[in-house]
Amino acid sequence: MPTLSLMPTEFTVVRNEEKCIKCLACVRQCGFEAQQYDAEDDRLYAIDANCVNCQRCVSICPAGALTIYKNPPPLRPHAFWTENHLRNIAKQAETGGVLLTGMGNDQPFPAYFDRLLLNASQVTNPSIDPLREPMELRTYLGRRPEPGAKTRTPLVPIATPIMFSAMSYGSISHEAFASLARAAKEFDTMFNTGEGGLPGDLYEYADHAVVQVASGRFGVHADYLNAGRIVEIKIGQGAKPGIGGHLPGEKITAPVAATRMIPEGTDALSPAPHHDIYSIEDLKQLIFTLKEATRYQKPVSVKVSAVHNVAAIASGIARAGADIIAIDGFRGGTGAAPTMIRDHVGIPIELAIAAVDQRLRDEGIRNQVSLVAAGGFRSSADVVKAIALGADAVYIATAALIALGCHLCQKCYTGKCSWGIATQDPYRSRRLNPEIGAERLYNLLRGWSHEIKEMLGGMGINSIESLRGNRLHLRGVGLNEVELKLLGVKHAGEAM
Amino acid sequence: MQKVYARPAWCMNCHLCEVNCIIAHSRSRDLFRAYKRENLRGTARVIVEERLPLSVAVQCRHCDDPICVAGCISGAMVKDPATGIVYCQEDKCVGCWTCVAGCPYGAIRPGEKNGRPVPLKCDLCRETGEPACVAGCPNRALVWEERGAGA
Repeated sequence: MPTLSLMPTEFTVVRNEEKCIKCLACVRQCGFEAQQYDAEDDRLYAIDANCVNCQRCVSICPAGALTIYKNPPPLRPHAFWTENHLRNIAKQAETGGVLLTGMGNDQPFPAYFDRLLLNASQVTNPSIDPLREPMELRTYLGRRPEPGAKTRTPLVPIATPIMFSAMSYGSISHEAFASLARAAKEFDTMFNTGEGGLPGDLYEYADHAVVQVASGRFGVHADYLNAGRIVEIKIGQGAKPGIGGHLPGEKITAPVAATRMIPEGTDALSPAPHHDIYSIEDLKQLIFTLKEATRYQKPVSVKVSAVHNVAAIASGIARAGADIIAIDGFRGGTGAAPTMIRDHVGIPIELAIAAVDQRLRDEGIRNQVSLVAAGGFRSSADVVKAIALGADAVYIATAALIALGCHLCQKCYTGKCSWGIATQDPYRSRRLNPEIGAERLYNLLRGWSHEIKEMLGGMGINSIESLRGNRLHLRGVGLNEVELKLLGVKHAGEAM
Repeated sequence: MQKVYARPAWCMNCHLCEVNCIIAHSRSRDLFRAYKRENLRGTARVIVEERLPLSVAVQCRHCDDPICVAGCISGAMVKDPATGIVYCQEDKCVGCWTCVAGCPYGAIRPGEKNGRPVPLKCDLCRETGEPACVAGCPNRALVWEERGAGA
C-alpha cells in the first residue's frame, strides 16, 4: 500500500461530546477499528478511514451520541465519472487487485417491482377480510405427478410462500445460520444450507432445510442429502452468474472445516462450473444421482442465475427431471463477489420470472416444476408481484439479514462484520444471539405473511394458489411496450 | 431466590449492563444526569470481566451464608430474610472494606457517595423490580431467574 491514498475517506464519524458518556461501547463493538480510545488522555476518537458505515456503534450507543456522515464527493460532481468510478480506480491503482464487494447489486438499474401495481376488488366482486375469513398461504413445492404415474416424490408444504435463501455456514456465522434454521422451523418454511453443508448440531432443523449441492461439493454426504427436505443443485448465484466461490482460509475455522469436510485453514474454492455438468444431459445425470441417493423422497431443485437465455435454460432443467427451478435475479446478494460481476451481470428477476413462467406454460410443462424466485425481495408487495408474475414461492436472504441487524455496508468479504453475521470471529459472532435472531426472522415472516393476506383479500382472492401467474392482477406504470409484453401485463388504465 | 445469571456464550462485551446499573443507582435515574452531573462513571455494581473473545458480567451472588455480612463490623451489610437480597444500609457503613476483602467473587468494590463510603455491590435493584442490567442487556446475556438453592 502506498503511504498516501489519493482518495479522501468515505465517511466521517461525528461524536457529540455533550452526549458521550465515555462508556466505550462503540470502541468495543466496532468491527473495523474505526472507534478508538486513548486511555492516557481518556479520549474517544475515530479513525474515519476505517469506518464502513455499518452503523453498529450508532445502534449500540446508549447516549445517541454518534452520527456517521457520508463525505461529499471527492471531486466536483460529474454525471459520467461518478464517485464510485473514481474510488474504484484509485483503489485499483493502489492495489492492482480485482475489486471485491458484498451483498447485492447497488446500482440504479430500474426496479420493475416499483413499476407494477396490484388490483383490488370494488363493487362487482367482494374483497375479503383476512381477519374474518380463512386465507390460505400454504404452498406445495415439487413436481405434480402425471396421471397414472407409479412413483411420486412427496410435495413439500411450506406455511408461507417465503423461504430463506442459500447462505452457507462459513460465509455467515454459526449464530446467523442457526437463527435462520430456527425461524424456518418455527414458521414451518425452509431455510437453505448454501454450499457449505449443515453443521452437525443443527440436524434437528434438517426437516426444514433445503440442502445444497454446489460445484465445490462441500459438506455433501448421504446423511446430509437424506436429512434435508429438498436437495438443491446450485449452478449459479444472482450476484455472480458464471463465477465460482472463494471462501478464504481465515474463515475455515475448525467447525467450518469439519462441516465442509476440508482441512482447517485451507481456502474453500467452488469452481465456476460443476466439472461434471457441461450440458442438460449431464445435469440430468446429477439430478437422478441425487434422486437415487435419496430414494426419490426428496424433490430436487436446480438453482440458476437469471441470465439472458434463462427461459430456455429453465425449460431444459424441467425436462432434465428437476422438481423445482430456483432463479436468482441480478439483485441477489453474496458474501463476496467481484464488483464488476455483481453490478453488471444478469437480468432483473421480474423479467426472468415472467419469461420462464411463460415459456414453461407455452411448452405445457409448467406443472412439472415449482418456480422459486430469488434476488431482491424487499417487501411483501414484491413477493405478491412475483407470485402474480408466475413464481410459486420466493427466497429471501438480504431482507433476512437486515432483520438480523445487517445495515448493508457491503463489507461481508472482509470477515469483520460488526453485526456478527458475515464473520467467523467468535468475538463478533457472539453478539448475534440466535434466540433473538430467530424471533426477529419469525416476526418478519409473520408480518409479511399478514400483509400478503391483506393484499390477497383486497383482490378478492382467498388462496395464494389463485394468484399464482395471475397477471391480470398486475398493471404496469411507465413501462414501454416491450417491457409490458415481456412481463405479460397490461398498462395501468387498461381494463380487464 | 431469583438471581441474575450470566450466559457467557452471549455476552458481547458491550458493558451496557454497567451503564444501566449506574443509571438505576443514580439519584436522577437519567443517563446524562447520572454521568454528567452526578459523576457516577465507573460506579457500576456489575463488572464485565474480559478475557477476549470471552467476557462475562460478574455481580454479587447473594450467597446463602454471605461472608460480607458476617464480616461487616458496623452491621451495615445485611441479608434480607424475606427476599434473600444482600445489601448495604449505606448510612451505617464506616468504610472498613472488610466486605470487599472477604467477597469470594470479587463482586464488591469500594466506592463513595456524597463524601461517605459506600460499597459498590449489586442489590438486585431491590427497590424497582427487574434488575436494570438484565432489562437492558441487548443480547440476553443476563437473565433473572429462579434456579434453586446453591445455584
